[in-house]
Amino acid sequence: MSALGALIRRDVHIAVRVGGGALIGVLFFLTVVVLMPFALGPDLALLARLGPAILWLGALLASLLTLDRLFTADHDDGSLDLILMSRMPLELACAAKALAHWLAAGVPLIVATPVLGLLLNLDGRATLAVALTLLAGTPALTFTGMIGAALAVTLQRGGLLLAVLVLPLSIPVLIFGVAASNAAILEQGTLTFSTPFSILCALSLASLVIGPFAAAASLRHGLD
Amino acid sequence: MRLSGRNLRCVRGGREVFAGLDFNAVAGEAVAIVGPNGAGKTSLLRLIAGLLLPAEGAITLEGGDGEMTVAEQAHYLGHRDAMKPALTVTENLIFWAEFLGGTPADPAACIAAVGLSHAAALPAGFLSAGQRRRLSIARLLTVRRPIWLLDEPTAALDLASQRVFAGLMTDHLASGGLVIAATHGPLGIDARELRIGGEV
Amino acid sequence: MTLTELANPTRFLSLATRILPWLAILTGVLLAIGLYQSAVAPDDYQQGATVKIMFIHVPNAWLSMFVWGVMSVASLGTLVWRHPLADVAAKAAAPIGAAFTFLALVTGSLWGRPMWGTYWEWDARLTSVLILFLMYLGLIALWRAVEDPSRAARAAAVLTLVGAINIPIIKFSVDWWNTLHQPASVMKMSGSSLDKSFLIPLLVMAVAFSLLFITLHLAAMRNEILRRRLRALQMLQASKPVALP
Repeated sequence: MSALGALIRRDVHIAVRVGGGALIGVLFFLTVVVLMPFALGPDLALLARLGPAILWLGALLASLLTLDRLFTADHDDGSLDLILMSRMPLELACAAKALAHWLAAGVPLIVATPVLGLLLNLDGRATLAVALTLLAGTPALTFTGMIGAALAVTLQRGGLLLAVLVLPLSIPVLIFGVAASNAAILEQGTLTFSTPFSILCALSLASLVIGPFAAAASLRHGLD
Repeated sequence: MRLSGRNLRCVRGGREVFAGLDFNAVAGEAVAIVGPNGAGKTSLLRLIAGLLLPAEGAITLEGGDGEMTVAEQAHYLGHRDAMKPALTVTENLIFWAEFLGGTPADPAACIAAVGLSHAAALPAGFLSAGQRRRLSIARLLTVRRPIWLLDEPTAALDLASQRVFAGLMTDHLASGGLVIAATHGPLGIDARELRIGGEV
Repeated sequence: MTLTELANPTRFLSLATRILPWLAILTGVLLAIGLYQSAVAPDDYQQGATVKIMFIHVPNAWLSMFVWGVMSVASLGTLVWRHPLADVAAKAAAPIGAAFTFLALVTGSLWGRPMWGTYWEWDARLTSVLILFLMYLGLIALWRAVEDPSRAARAAAVLTLVGAINIPIIKFSVDWWNTLHQPASVMKMSGSSLDKSFLIPLLVMAVAFSLLFITLHLAAMRNEILRRRLRALQMLQASKPVALP
């Protein structure tokens, strides 16, 4: 167990040190959200209606782009060889790396949400709803994105290819994340908050299981 | 303890690197894999480390811990040093000691053994190529693993460091370990040659 | 003392250490005077006491642009004259500029709350400042991303100069975008017909904040030089030949 803790601690540590990428994700998130009104127009009512969707899209892109180096950095400096050889099951090591990534890059996105909600004219309730759905949904983004990050090692290509591979996988998370946020804001119609939110949590839990196994399998088969 | 491979065949990227290769190594013995570039020295080490799968043949370990694979009882020292430039020398070493498990040795003593005490608190990114290599050698000392798989271990090391490293290998062999090293130059210790890929 | 003499970091350090306390005292006194004057200034007949936010907001907004100007000159110094202190000045200025920009944004949105009814309106002026803030953050991220300061310096200098050329274009585009969408609702400040009772505290505050910038900038430059010396010493320490056991 101490090996697991050591891996998580190291990855978080590197991400927040000078030169680490933890805060660049937040900056990217901020930039994407700020860009939206320039395309849509500064109509506050419109922005408030689209707010959850904009925030979710921004968070999705930000968490995927920072995932790019999740395994390639370790592959390039040889750490991945030692992780593959270790007594810790590779699935567990993958889960630990994804958890560390979520802590260093996913949680700051959720913390930044209230500020961005302000820019998009979301009220307190709506902001809280979006932050809550992001808290429930971003683990799913990280843990499915991890599969793409593992494939990037095998294919020795990252960046755009990763995004093309992983973005379709994250569509369900996007659907239920935005649906839950909107249901919480509108509080009317046939859809309640709890239904899409439960599905969102279920997606996160499922990805916690599937992600590490798929990533580990991809890394093992990509041995070279 | 006896580590052996039978009839190993290795294929990488559709090309056969070697075939029908046999090797043997027993506790207390050092084996030097020699051969021309591209003969498959690194591939053989990675096969033993479980980082490549043999197309044919098998690697067996007798007398080791039956619960664990060969890889889990081996240290692998590759071309790349597996050290993060953003972390200090000590942080890097403590991470590997904790991650590799077992009963870790005192990190300060391991750093001293490779002559890096003066740089213990500095980021690993400040180290030269030779110093980084010495830091990865310190990793072999933090946690005891009976099998050492070394890929060009003396590359980038100066003469004094090579001598120190030879001493560390001798100690390891004396305590019942075994060393398999791919090398072009002399290892600095008595080693049985395993020639692959014909004459140089 | 000429610029070339100042180029010597050691000389700069001793000079900075000597004048920093005096600068800090002067800044403190001026800030106190400015804040007092702002506090006793009469309320606006339209905006009430809210107008007093302007005494903080305007100096910050002015500095947010001025600091980018300082960094642009420093970047020219890095790229053209290869002045040894130029990239130190540019690097030290970025976080301070970002802080002033952030304060301008916060005070602007606090002022907007009673005026607009929301904390944020996509008003042309505020939006331009927000983009400037993003550019500051990007620049800081660039400085942080590259380990070796001399390599980061050239990249940051190019980005700063491109930004300096782009800022007017961005400002123009945002104005155009904004008026396109909402021609009538843009609030106008009282323009050039400022009352004396308003203008004097504002000027005092502007000078005080400029001095605050100079103080902070000098201190940050000193810290950066010391940080680089520490780094150089560490590199030296790492490469020290050691007798092996």
